[in-house]
Amino acid sequence: MQTSSDLAVSVRDLSKTYRLGERDVLHGSLRDAIVRGARAALHLARGAARPDREELAALGGVSFDVPRGEVLGIIGRNGAGKTTLLKILSGVTDPTSGEALVWGRAGALLEVGTGFHPDLTGRENVFFNGAILGMKRREIQRKFDEIVEFAEVERFIDTPVKRYSSGMQLRLAFAVAAHLEPEILIVDEVLAVGDAAFQRKCLGKMGEVSGQGRTVLLVSHNMSAITSLATRCLWLDQGRVRDLGDPAQIVADYLSGDAVSAQPGFADLSDPKLRDGVPKQTSKEVLFDWVRLVDDEHKPSDVFFEGDPLTIELGLESTIDSRRLEVLCFVRSLQGVLVFTLTSGLLEVDLQPGPAELSVTIPRNQLRSGRYTLDLYLLTAQPQDYLLGAKTFEVVVSPEPGGDPRRVRDDLGLVSVAQEWGELRQGTPNRV
Amino acid sequence: MEAATVRVEAHVIKPAPRRPRLGLSEVWRNRELLWFFAWRELKVRYKQTLLGVVWAVIQPIMYMVVFTLFFGRFFETYSVGPYALLALSGSVIWLFFANSVTLAAGSLVGNASLLTKVYFPRLLAPLAPIIAALVDLALATLVLLAVMAGYGVFPAPQRVWTAIPFVLLAAGTAAGVGAWLAALNVKYRDVRFVVPVLLQLWLFFSSVFITFEALNLPEPWATLYWLNPMAGVVEGFRWAMLGGVRPELWHIVLASASGLVVLVSGLVYFKRLERTFADIV
Repeated sequence: MQTSSDLAVSVRDLSKTYRLGERDVLHGSLRDAIVRGARAALHLARGAARPDREELAALGGVSFDVPRGEVLGIIGRNGAGKTTLLKILSGVTDPTSGEALVWGRAGALLEVGTGFHPDLTGRENVFFNGAILGMKRREIQRKFDEIVEFAEVERFIDTPVKRYSSGMQLRLAFAVAAHLEPEILIVDEVLAVGDAAFQRKCLGKMGEVSGQGRTVLLVSHNMSAITSLATRCLWLDQGRVRDLGDPAQIVADYLSGDAVSAQPGFADLSDPKLRDGVPKQTSKEVLFDWVRLVDDEHKPSDVFFEGDPLTIELGLESTIDSRRLEVLCFVRSLQGVLVFTLTSGLLEVDLQPGPAELSVTIPRNQLRSGRYTLDLYLLTAQPQDYLLGAKTFEVVVSPEPGGDPRRVRDDLGLVSVAQEWGELRQGTPNRV
Repeated sequence: MEAATVRVEAHVIKPAPRRPRLGLSEVWRNRELLWFFAWRELKVRYKQTLLGVVWAVIQPIMYMVVFTLFFGRFFETYSVGPYALLALSGSVIWLFFANSVTLAAGSLVGNASLLTKVYFPRLLAPLAPIIAALVDLALATLVLLAVMAGYGVFPAPQRVWTAIPFVLLAAGTAAGVGAWLAALNVKYRDVRFVVPVLLQLWLFFSSVFITFEALNLPEPWATLYWLNPMAGVVEGFRWAMLGGVRPELWHIVLASASGLVVLVSGLVYFKRLERTFADIV
């Protein structure tokens, strides 16, 4: 049990209930309200119970503590209550019951560019957006040049933002957000938008300014962001806490559960439409039927940790006899960069009509965290089948024990290689 | 801030209390943000317009012209000067009120995306357009002074300052009515249709194109007339600018008291509903 002085946020039995159809009911006209009121009065007069309205519990009794300095990742499916939780903590909406205690200045970022007005110039929007996010005028003035430089929009700062490209708008909005300095930062999915390079720049900026002691609550569907940034992870499921603890463990459970797809790690490749538009002539006598990714415990999964083993199992369907078989697996980053290719070489086989299976294991996958796709190519004497984007999977960081996860970089390239560093030597000039 | 050594008081988030509050201290603490809201309101209003802030003075001048065309001949005996001045002075202060109420009433719905994405004292939304309207009022008042000078009428230096409390009464009443309508508008979009009708009717009872004196009302109507805060505002503002018959003090007290009731009730109602805005807007 932590003493309260170590805590930044304490949430106790927090619930939020929406009346179903509340929007419709309340958006109804005044006349409807009067009619409804009269009906209700009539019901009461007759001694009848008021008809129960259906209720939806967006949050059903959530409790957890966030120590100061912690980065709490919050994951869960759509509708699990993540955003509702953040909205309550940031004061946008009220809980129905329970309470939350917040120590220190909290700044919430539920949306990028809150209050941006298309007719206002970049400069004007920076000031209003900064103010609404909780910055003082002097603070904005002090950081203004930095924000503009960060957003890379110097030349257009006095142009209405409606003339900006969407990328420029986003960068400017991000730039303001990245310069927030609350003690507790509450961030919704906002980092999911925008290009990856700029996101990284923002995360880096946030980390850099914060120094120590900044508490972050971060909602994300991006599992790499969770495992690389969070010190702990909260898994919300249908408005309740499903699990709370080590991010790597919880992310793995979340992804291998029913959370993502009915059959994790598996893709059915039998649909001929998957071959449409492929820029290679193929005979299609031997086809890929399915692909499955499994981890070292033979558990199918869409997510792998850096450095863990990864096995690709391939199901084939042949209509011919063949003594030769060759398979290539191209691993590409989401940006389309070919990272490496697994090549079977020419295999001497005795392939007969019917199904067949083949697998390849990477004992220690050297991919860095990120999303990757798999292209598959199959040849006998001639090209037989070629599939683009047959399977997508994700590699996540497993934080070093005791290391500060905020210091885990995710901009170090696509692969890690084995390396040995020499000792630091001083005072011995060794230049030849 | 030395967060490491000095322990800050916990901010407690709980279900909304039922106890009515005004929330004015929170507005005061966030006065800088209020200024930003008002500044944004002004900036946005005149962006990409040909005439820009000139619009702030076109409206009262049009009112003046129309009123003078239709009612001018009945008022040849207005003591201070031409009827046009009566109409313009009334229109200037009335339009400040009417525009404030209209913009305040739509302020929450118009800022729905802000309401659902970020916390700020909700009262800032209806208050900001009123502050912004003060700028328009200042411009319109300059035009009034210019027109007065054109007719050879000059405000008495020792009296003209008394316009300020009347402007404040108008602003307070607008804040009260605006708070009522803005909060209602979140729930019932009917408000959009109610506002123009309400303001049109209200105009007729507010001495905008006529004077209380000229109305020559019998009792009890003569007393009830001053329950309308805007009657006090228009009569008072006109007297401060032009002179003429001074409104009786107790009439002004009556109008101010009723303005205060509107303001406080509006703020209380607004405050009671404020926590639900984000859920239903």
